[in-house]
Amino acid sequence: MTFMHKVLATTAAMALSAGAALAEPALIFDLGGKFDKSFNEAAFAGAQRWAEETGKSFREIELQSEAQREQALRRFAENGNNPIVMTGFAFGNVLSEVAPDYPETKFAIIDMVVDEPNVRSVVFNEHEGSYLVGMMAAMASDSGTVGFIGGMDIPLIRKFACGYAQGAKAVNGDITVLSNMTGTTPAAWNDPVKGSELTKAQISQGADVIYAAAGGTGVGVLQTAADEGILSVGVDSNQNYMHPGKVLTSMLKRVDNAVYDAMTQGEALETGINVMGVGNGGIDYALDEHNEALVGEAMKTAVDEAKGKIASGELTVHDYTSDDSCPDLNF
Amino acid sequence: MDLFTILQVLDSTVRLATPLLLACLAGLFSERAGIFDIGLEGKMLAAAFFAAALAAITGSVWLGLLAGIAASLMLSAIHGLASITFRGNQLISGVAINFLAAGMTVLIAQDLFSQGGRTPSLIGKGRFEPITLPFAEEVIDIPVLGPIYYELISGHSILVYVAFLMVPLSWWVLFRTRFGLRLRAVGENPAAVDTAGVSVVGLRYAAVAICGVLCGIAGAYLATGLQAGFVKDMTAGRGFIALAALIFAKWRPWYALYACLLFGLLQAVALRYQNIDLGLITLPVQFMDALPYVLTVVILAGFVGKAIPPRAGGQPYVKER
Repeated sequence: MTFMHKVLATTAAMALSAGAALAEPALIFDLGGKFDKSFNEAAFAGAQRWAEETGKSFREIELQSEAQREQALRRFAENGNNPIVMTGFAFGNVLSEVAPDYPETKFAIIDMVVDEPNVRSVVFNEHEGSYLVGMMAAMASDSGTVGFIGGMDIPLIRKFACGYAQGAKAVNGDITVLSNMTGTTPAAWNDPVKGSELTKAQISQGADVIYAAAGGTGVGVLQTAADEGILSVGVDSNQNYMHPGKVLTSMLKRVDNAVYDAMTQGEALETGINVMGVGNGGIDYALDEHNEALVGEAMKTAVDEAKGKIASGELTVHDYTSDDSCPDLNF
Repeated sequence: MDLFTILQVLDSTVRLATPLLLACLAGLFSERAGIFDIGLEGKMLAAAFFAAALAAITGSVWLGLLAGIAASLMLSAIHGLASITFRGNQLISGVAINFLAAGMTVLIAQDLFSQGGRTPSLIGKGRFEPITLPFAEEVIDIPVLGPIYYELISGHSILVYVAFLMVPLSWWVLFRTRFGLRLRAVGENPAAVDTAGVSVVGLRYAAVAICGVLCGIAGAYLATGLQAGFVKDMTAGRGFIALAALIFAKWRPWYALYACLLFGLLQAVALRYQNIDLGLITLPVQFMDALPYVLTVVILAGFVGKAIPPRAGGQPYVKER
């Protein structure tokens, strides 16, 4: 009941204050919902940080259905909100239709490229972060075999796998990298049972560190890894807390920084493609009280060194999506 | 491929086949009584959520199991009400149940736990732990049979053994009891059952309720046996594969066991060996994933014997006046 009240109250408050807004930034959350402990929540955290630091406010909406995408975008644009930030690649098509209609409004889309003059497209160099956690996995592995479990078999996820394999091989040239995809349909993002079975299969083939880039399926991977006493690596947001002492680290996509940057720039938002990588704090690995003991001093030094090299351009990690192939891993 | 690898694939088969088997038997009871049920998926999902939610709140997996069964029974009651009492279209009611479960579980999960439609991870008594059968440790050194007993037969959670015991039990109930005879009759010719003075509505409700209980166990097994918590849409189409298995098994309990084990084996092999190299051609993993459905179509097309559904299936019973 309280949830219902909250929804009603928010809707009512939005309706009442609709006329008052002037050039406030707006944030649209994708279908996963604002508190998804991952992508959308990170975006919210970034906006919240901006609001606290500047004392200003922002408008937000959680989508409830596919049909609301365009509606929400147009409502905010007509209301004079600027810039309008949205999370998720699914906004791509809608935004390329809506953006030309509001040339004065700036839009920022995360995880997708929309080629319009008033759109800022934020993309992440996931392969760089995967490289870093791949290094850590190889250093933590005693068996010389590490695993990767992806969600749906799409180029983006292969990019994760490819970066991971490169990182692991950089540490130990003889290492075996096992790679499995959960499936080829969107159901692969939410099938923890399959995730568990894949984890068990990889463990029986010798893997003792497994990296999951698989959304809800990853929950099953991390759980089984913890149950079977091996290490796992989380993805997107910091998942170290899920099994303290059993999750080696997490590959972080700093969606919060992307949102924070966009809101800070405000109406003068720089458009075009904005690449968030290791160099500008867009990609990182997680280190907190839950995995301190697992990440030794040597490991930290090595990874931070690689991080510096990637940032300075001395080391380039191959991006699978650039030529649809991977030097260190066969799919 | 050595014995150990084969055993691991078979072990995985058993785990993957268990939810399919329970859901398949659930569908068997319902459809044998003339109520088509494509809401198996939704019932499993709701059961998975409520089992995980109650286990997370109370810390007792048994209360979770009961909550899962209760949730599944509720949805069964809705299906029964719509398709038996109000004589609505059974397929539409089933679809509605699937949607209802998919939306409701995430909504309630978000309200209770605020973790993006998940339940917290279950720990300790909140999960069904694998049970080691007696003498499993002692016999492991016996060649072949020892590892088979230790790896394959022992070390599953109690619900797996329940699921496998359900097969002979279902067979006995359906084919060796008066209740079973009437239940099957009501799916073939409800008018005859009615003429004999037996309540068609009562029997159909009983069948739908049994279906609810079995789906409830299946869902609880997913969330508290195989996993340690609920994730949105975690059934991932297993209810539909169970329906395919039901057709493949031609609506018979023992065949249902074989069909589910076969489908489980296909999944396990697909998970273990992504692409299978047969020398001349390479079987892609997608082929293995699609195989259950392909086999079902082959069966339906009548290539391997005939699959004849219960004759009164899908038709609401209207008493003649």
